[in-house]
Amino acid sequence: MDKIRALIVDDSSVMRKIVERSLRQAGIDMDKVVEAGNGAEALAALQSNVVDLILCDINMPVMDGLEFVRQVATVESAKGVPIVMITTEGSESHVVQALSAGARGYIRKPFTPDQVKEHVLPLLGKKP
Amino acid sequence: MSASTALTKRSQEENWLPILELAIKEVFEIMLGCRVTPSAETEHGPHGEFTAMVGLAGALCGILTVCCNAKTAGLIAKGMLGGTTISEDEVVDALGEICNMITGNFKNKLAGTDERCMLSVPSVVSGGAYRFHSLADGTSVETVALFEGGPVVVRLQLHN
Repeated sequence: MDKIRALIVDDSSVMRKIVERSLRQAGIDMDKVVEAGNGAEALAALQSNVVDLILCDINMPVMDGLEFVRQVATVESAKGVPIVMITTEGSESHVVQALSAGARGYIRKPFTPDQVKEHVLPLLGKKP
Repeated sequence: MSASTALTKRSQEENWLPILELAIKEVFEIMLGCRVTPSAETEHGPHGEFTAMVGLAGALCGILTVCCNAKTAGLIAKGMLGGTTISEDEVVDALGEICNMITGNFKNKLAGTDERCMLSVPSVVSGGAYRFHSLADGTSVETVALFEGGPVVVRLQLHN
């Protein structure tokens, strides 16, 4: 698998590290990991970074994950980049809102590395 | 409080305790790879050097707190991050995230409630010299889990 560039968006720095570790445990070779603490920071990061994958929390200050996913559609360099939500919000309405906004996957916290593998690898064109 | 109200409150507390305990067990097993064992609170003294809290609003309205001493909070952060050197910021962040996941996991187990209940981002108080006054005057459920021998007190306080 080619090395990928990932954007991890979560207001918890601990959770960003856990998500990054889970990606590596899934066998995903990463060239670069960009971190952001909320949706607004993530949008700003996309102005200067091209990424292949975005993993995003929902409940965050400043700009939440759902609004971020809606706004990513307006960022030319991020069009078509798969977005996977990783969140404590487990309700069907949140899943529907996220997928309607453009997310391609949804993982509920707490999560295992295997769940990350199962949801992310197919989006990168690989079998889990 | 009338007798019927008191009975309803007690019934809610009895119903919610096993759900809360399951939510705690799953978070610790999945995120830290370890089993926590329930403990009687009275076996342990004061625990509060770190208190994480997440608010609930909507169908459930109140607060969930997770409280433990500094050593246990540090072990939780180490368990999550897998490293040997952990900063206090990481300890605070890790405990807040544990509280967030327990609250979300609990909420997601209540059929029909998860759709109509929002969570706040977590906050963490460090230091034990404070008094906590929750304005939630309804159901209160508390359980103590032992993590690496240290008590972790999880308390859910809700408005009626």
